[in-house]
Amino acid sequence: MNQMTEVEQKAVEMLNEPKIVARNVQVYYGDTHAIKDVDVDIPAQSVTAFIGPSGCGKSTFLRTLNRMNDTIDICRVEGDILIDGEDVYDPKVDPVQLRAKVGMVFQKPNPFPKSIYDNVAYGPRIHGLSRNKTELDEIVTSSLQKAGLWDEVKDRLDAPGTGLSGGQQQRLCIARAIAVNPEIILMDEPCSALDPIATAKVEELIDELRENYTIVIVTHSMQQAARVSQRTAFFHLGVLVEEGPTEDIFTNPHDKRTQDYITGRFG
Amino acid sequence: MSDTIASTDAAATAGPRKGSLLVLDKRTRKRNAAEARFRLMGQIAVTIGVLALVGLLTSILMNGLSSFRQTYIQVSVYLDPAKLDKNGNRNLEDIAKVTTFGYAPLLKKALADKMAKEGISIEGLSEKDAAALISKEAPADLRRYVLAHPTSIGKTVSFNLLASGRIDGYYKGRVTMESAKLDRNVSPQQLMLADKLKADGVLTTRFNWEFFTAPDASDTRPEAAGLGVAILGSAYMMLVVLVLSLPLGVAASIYLEEFAPQNALTDLIEVNIANLAAVPSIVFGILGLAVFINFAGLPQSAPIVGGLVLTLMTLPTIIIATRAALKAVPPSIRDAALGVGASKMQSVFHHVLPLAMPGILTGTIIGLAQALGETAPLLLIGMVAFVREYPGAPPEGFFDPASALPVQVYNWTQRGDPAFVERASGAIIVLLVFLVLMNLIAIILRRRFERRW
Ligand SMILES: Nc1ncnc2c1ncn2[C@@H]1O[C@H](COP(=O)(O)OP(=O)(O)O)[C@@H](O)[C@H]1O
Ligand SMILES: [Mg+2]
Repeated sequence: MNQMTEVEQKAVEMLNEPKIVARNVQVYYGDTHAIKDVDVDIPAQSVTAFIGPSGCGKSTFLRTLNRMNDTIDICRVEGDILIDGEDVYDPKVDPVQLRAKVGMVFQKPNPFPKSIYDNVAYGPRIHGLSRNKTELDEIVTSSLQKAGLWDEVKDRLDAPGTGLSGGQQQRLCIARAIAVNPEIILMDEPCSALDPIATAKVEELIDELRENYTIVIVTHSMQQAARVSQRTAFFHLGVLVEEGPTEDIFTNPHDKRTQDYITGRFG
Repeated sequence: MSDTIASTDAAATAGPRKGSLLVLDKRTRKRNAAEARFRLMGQIAVTIGVLALVGLLTSILMNGLSSFRQTYIQVSVYLDPAKLDKNGNRNLEDIAKVTTFGYAPLLKKALADKMAKEGISIEGLSEKDAAALISKEAPADLRRYVLAHPTSIGKTVSFNLLASGRIDGYYKGRVTMESAKLDRNVSPQQLMLADKLKADGVLTTRFNWEFFTAPDASDTRPEAAGLGVAILGSAYMMLVVLVLSLPLGVAASIYLEEFAPQNALTDLIEVNIANLAAVPSIVFGILGLAVFINFAGLPQSAPIVGGLVLTLMTLPTIIIATRAALKAVPPSIRDAALGVGASKMQSVFHHVLPLAMPGILTGTIIGLAQALGETAPLLLIGMVAFVREYPGAPPEGFFDPASALPVQVYNWTQRGDPAFVERASGAIIVLLVFLVLMNLIAIILRRRFERRW
């Protein structure tokens, strides 16, 4: 260690520096204290799963990361959330710019009632990511390919996105998120409305996306967390109970509550 | 075969098994009876509604359809230069000095000549009485023609002149020989003359275009009264209402629904909008009189004032409909747009508004239809005045006096001559046709917007 030069040391630190850092985060809905004292580091280029019983605040915490909570009038966030070391809640930060960097996929597939092409092209269009139609076509194609949907829809890009099956719609939403070239993708129970085969496809896709994106996924399925994530965080009643490598959480939980939850004693 | 019969017989005699699905239990029977009663009530309610509508339409159509036909008398009039242009220099100013009284004798002579030529004569009918078959409006029409075509003086021109209201009523069943005996305005001899003229093809009945284009006429000339000024006035007002209330209403709704914070002030605004929608329309009329006419000094009877008043009246309707349409757009669409980094405004204008458009258009057109049929506030701002001049072309025309369709209906029902009842019913039909057209447009636009996806 002491043989490393200063520069090398910095580089290592940079590599190990987490993509997202949350410190002492509190979220209130009016008088309800929904998230209490959450500290967590989320590493880059990996999948982090949030698990926990219903209503424990997983979605709430996830939505603080791209400030989707701003749309809820009564919601108030305290504490620090840093992405690449920058405070997301800094008054200088425009949430619109933030959300281009931190994409989101929702629980219920929510394609726009427009064509498949327009669904994917919408983000690049409003952010001016392409200079002409050819470039836009390329973005749409590559996004659909990355989302594993290209082969299924390449002949009907003009068909409405809402006409696809549930699993296809969810992958379309993932393609739509990818198209704006985000660094982080947040997924809030992306498979809860899907059948097992569609779920398997989306999980496979998440695993592939890990290479290029930092992924945070909320799931109520422990098996899913075990299958797709490298790290897992267990929430309970608004508190982050335990966080660590997925294997450790599932095989060797430290906290009694985690133990009870993963053995199915409550949930 | 015999086996089955035997077994069913046995079952019948043994009585139904307890809990059998083939027998209705008491509760089910009661429930079915209640359902049947409810259905019957619903059907009765619908029937009453339909009957009322049919009755209403029939009565209006029976009374009003005849106003779309009108009786005319065809005569060749010698435009006598000795009477119309005494100086003989065809100077328009001099010709204009001859009033309608100067033209009436020409018509009297023309009709008398016609009768002489056809060999028609009625006992006890003076030349003056015969001339009374022609509407009092006819000399004015003639004068207008001469002023427009001064070169025609000295020539004989064939005119299709309005028959008087009573003669017109005779061919619509309103006037009979019996009623004519008691009527100061028409005599049985005149009716007989009319019949003879009709037999000779001089007197004809044809479609009444003038009903849609002519201005209103005085109490004694129902045959000349038309809806031209009223239709134009209503159209101008609807234009004002549309141009003002649609953008204002939609902008207000979008702001309240999507951007405004939830606080006491917005709550207060919300309650007030709901209340405004329930305010009697005549109150808006008083407001318009006080604010637009007395305070702002806008002219009375002007479509701009009517339009402004109706805009105030229509705004709550549009705002309520638009907000409902915006609320009906699923929040997941807004989330989706915000999630890919759209701004609030982009999410509203790119996604929410197009989805809410059918509802907004429906609300707007319902509001416009309401405004089109509104009478009370217009009475207060003087739209009920007798207006014979067409308003000018927009935008100046918005400030000219005009009438409006529903006010014209009201106005005509106030007049003494029964011929005006026919006119009023005809005007109601025109109003209804406009309303149906507007609803059709609403449906078409809705289909259009919905088909996009
Ligand atoms: N929009 C909201 N307004 C008020 N309370 C909310 C809202 N969303 C969530 N909550 C509350 O916050 C808590 C956490 O909810 P949530 O984050 O949705 O839980 P999870 O996703 O883990 O099921 C719950 O008690 C819930 O009732
Ligand atoms: Mg949730």
